[in-house]
Amino acid sequence: MSTVVVIDPRRLAGQRLRERVFHGTTLAAALLVLALLGGVVISLLHGAWPAFSHFKLAFLTREVWNPVTDEYGALGAVYGTLVTSVIAMLLALPISFGIAVFLTELAPSWLKRPIGVAIELLAAIPSIIYGFWGLFVLAPVLQTHLEPWIIETLGALPGVGVLFRGAPFGIGVLTAGIVLAIMIVPFIAAVMRDVFETVPDVLKESAYGLGATTWEVIWRVVVPYSRTGMVGGTMLGLGRALGETMAVTFVIGNAHEISRSLLDPGTTISATIANEFTEATTKLYASSLIGLGALLFVITFSVIAAARLMLLRLDRRALSSV
Amino acid sequence: MSRRPVRKVINALALGLSAAATLVGLALLGALLWSLAREGLAHFSLDVLTRMTPAPATGGGGLLNAIYGSAIMTLIGILIGGPIGLLAGTYLAEYGRNARLSSVIRFVNDVLLSAPSIIIGLFVYELVVVPMGNFSAISGAISLAIIAMPVIVRTTEDMLNLVPQGIKDASTAMGAYHWRTIVSIAYPAARSGMLTGLLLAVARISGETAPLLFTALNNQFWSTSLKAPMANLPVVIFQFALSPYDNWQQLAWAGALVITVAILVLSIIARVVVSRLSPARGRK
Repeated sequence: MSTVVVIDPRRLAGQRLRERVFHGTTLAAALLVLALLGGVVISLLHGAWPAFSHFKLAFLTREVWNPVTDEYGALGAVYGTLVTSVIAMLLALPISFGIAVFLTELAPSWLKRPIGVAIELLAAIPSIIYGFWGLFVLAPVLQTHLEPWIIETLGALPGVGVLFRGAPFGIGVLTAGIVLAIMIVPFIAAVMRDVFETVPDVLKESAYGLGATTWEVIWRVVVPYSRTGMVGGTMLGLGRALGETMAVTFVIGNAHEISRSLLDPGTTISATIANEFTEATTKLYASSLIGLGALLFVITFSVIAAARLMLLRLDRRALSSV
Repeated sequence: MSRRPVRKVINALALGLSAAATLVGLALLGALLWSLAREGLAHFSLDVLTRMTPAPATGGGGLLNAIYGSAIMTLIGILIGGPIGLLAGTYLAEYGRNARLSSVIRFVNDVLLSAPSIIIGLFVYELVVVPMGNFSAISGAISLAIIAMPVIVRTTEDMLNLVPQGIKDASTAMGAYHWRTIVSIAYPAARSGMLTGLLLAVARISGETAPLLFTALNNQFWSTSLKAPMANLPVVIFQFALSPYDNWQQLAWAGALVITVAILVLSIIARVVVSRLSPARGRK
């Protein structure tokens, strides 16, 4: 006994058509991702062109930012962007590393999960909340406690002392760096933890078997094994800090002059755009702001692309929090 | 003399520092949540959810128009970004799994995932606001869609890759076309993970401020028109917080609490969805 299956050629053709349409639609959506990046590049260049062609290289090298005389240079904002991010990384790196070590090697298993989840949830809090909190809670504390102390001790040092002189404003480059640090700690810690967990247990066990202490296992086995991932994760954090807008805009003070002291107000690229874009009255003003955006894009794109290339070597599934 | 004591001291020191770093980190973040809860709750009342943003230096008022605007723009953002992200993720996982084009797209998507959101705002300003001639809710929604998309592409691809090849092969062996296998076999198997991706994307865009500053702008009044500027929670918080008026600052605290709670709840739901619906994919 056998059943004969009759395939209707028209139905088959219909199936083939649907296959082609579905395949085509998914491909188009995927290509849209590429087009998006291309669109961002083109629109930034297009918008920035009047400023670039008017100021030429001076746009990069001048500190002046004067809407009244319609003269714009990006140096102050670029400086602020880099300095706040460096401060943030200096503070966030050791703390994130400590948290990641604690979570993977030290914490008893009943603590691991709650702290890990807490860190991940905190990484989801939007940056405006960090900036808002920085302005209303952190800045007054810094102004009355930390900054006077910094001025007295660090400010008295020869050489590096210039970085820490002046009046305790509460808001400024240093505060922005600290708020950024607090914002990226959960992010970097979560990535580092993910990277640490890719280290095969057998490697760690061999080191323990040879009599290594926990710290020696971390420093000589875990860290070397996960070096690329750590650097990649850190650079993703740096990319975030460089491009962050809201956490900085609240607390940086919006001053375009480069001041030697980290306690003085400054500005970053993103804070300048956020504060001034809707008020840009002349074409050159708006174009200069978009030019700042183009610079920010170049800076963050190189950092993020380098980070992603490093993380490519790792199994993507291990990095669930990136 | 043996070096053991020195090594033990270094060990204790390093591990102590690591525990201390964890304490410092958690304490700072605890302080943030604590002040949000205290100040936010102090200025929270039903009015916040039911009344419009007030004029400066008056009493009362709420954030209703801002909450409505945020909800609408997030919804439209996810309605635009969601399907595109799902389809693109499907391509990467199913049709172009090993294609060279896919690794380029994957890389570009990962870069977009971490790109500064203010740049997306500038892009949409040039793309939508300038041609339209004015700030509008729809341009805000489009910038949110662009921010949501990479998140969804990434999770969709990861989740579809987790579907065992065997059951897809079984479907193919039954004579199903690839699209039928994807729609009837792979999607249902990866459903909870894909849903999580969507929820995480919603959580991500509902707090975004920078791209809305010069797309949706803000609106002091109730407006449902997508072609006009629309109030939204993050920009209202920004504006109110930096204002000198007490009532505005107090509403900013309440708004910050609302937004944080909403996002934490969304993220927790996303986690529960993952662990409930697919025990195999439970997170570490």
